[in-house]
Amino acid sequence: MAVSTPHIWEDDIYNAFKKAGISQVPYVPDAGHAHLIRRVHDDPDMTPIVLTTEEEGIASSCGAWLGGKKSVLLMQSSGVGNCVNMLSLVTNCNFPFLTIVSMRGEYGEFNSWQVPMARATPTSFEMMGIEVMRCNSPEEVGPTVDAALYAAFASEQKIAILLSQRLIGRKEW
Amino acid sequence: MSEMVTIERRAAVENLLQNRDDMLVVCGLGSSTYDVYAAGDHHANFYLWGAMGGAVMIGLGLAIAEPDRQVMVITGDGEALMGIGALATVAAQKPNNLSIVVLDNGHFGETGMQKSHTSHGVDLAEIAAGCGFVGCQTIYDYDVLDAFTNKPNDPTGPRLAVVKITTDNPPRALPNVDGIYVKTRLRQWLGHQPC
Repeated sequence: MAVSTPHIWEDDIYNAFKKAGISQVPYVPDAGHAHLIRRVHDDPDMTPIVLTTEEEGIASSCGAWLGGKKSVLLMQSSGVGNCVNMLSLVTNCNFPFLTIVSMRGEYGEFNSWQVPMARATPTSFEMMGIEVMRCNSPEEVGPTVDAALYAAFASEQKIAILLSQRLIGRKEW
Repeated sequence: MSEMVTIERRAAVENLLQNRDDMLVVCGLGSSTYDVYAAGDHHANFYLWGAMGGAVMIGLGLAIAEPDRQVMVITGDGEALMGIGALATVAAQKPNNLSIVVLDNGHFGETGMQKSHTSHGVDLAEIAAGCGFVGCQTIYDYDVLDAFTNKPNDPTGPRLAVVKITTDNPPRALPNVDGIYVKTRLRQWLGHQPC
């Protein structure tokens, strides 16, 4: 099994989470988030929530906010389509929402099965009223996550940050 | 399968909420939401009118956020089945302040009373047990329901009750449909400021 090499920008995401007081991190794992997920597991002030499917994390994040806590959902692009209906909970009730999506299926992708959902990822969010931000280079990640956390939890905005596959690196088969 | 089903849904929910104190309640769309509202509106209720399959996970996020309060999810068999993976996710987290109650009439009541999976032998309490719930049971009579209502939560993990209910269809009791209002009302009741 391949073990992903930590990216420095994954620490930038973690540090932005700490600064914003994120306490719940639901996730469907992806290699692009592996180091961040490990850091969440190592942090006693954060509750990692492993999911069976991505839309569970939308609902749990809304529940966290009802209880006054902040949650960010981690997933990969292949799971975005699973979320569409559950995003109606976010938009209808005006919940704050942030998800960080590692992109597969776009930059030097070998597995063509990942491509259709990758291409539909921005549209899937936008059609449900979620703003899409994208990071292509390492230095963008920290400031983008910081800005999105502020917008989400200071004024109940709904945002998906896409981490480009070019940033993550292509998966070698 | 041969057990006699006598519990009526409204009576069941009244029983579950009779001594609720400051318990937080999330209810699944459709009849469960009507039942919870019919038992008495409360600022600590989060009524769903959509987001089918999400009730248990909303309850989980809330239970983790509010570890010193009891949280109860009251939902139907159809809603629970749509979010069935959530039982595994909850069991993995083991929140001991979360109770899940499935009002199981074996049918999709809101859409024409089509039979659900539980009418075809699917046993949600067994599934929950397989996921690792410490306390899960199927309830057929009021005495057992009463015992469930009045029993403190298990300190070692979440509990789940499948309450077998008749297919009676009481008049709808409609809580406020404005999700923003219901969200903000609950948050304010807990002392959280609106954004």
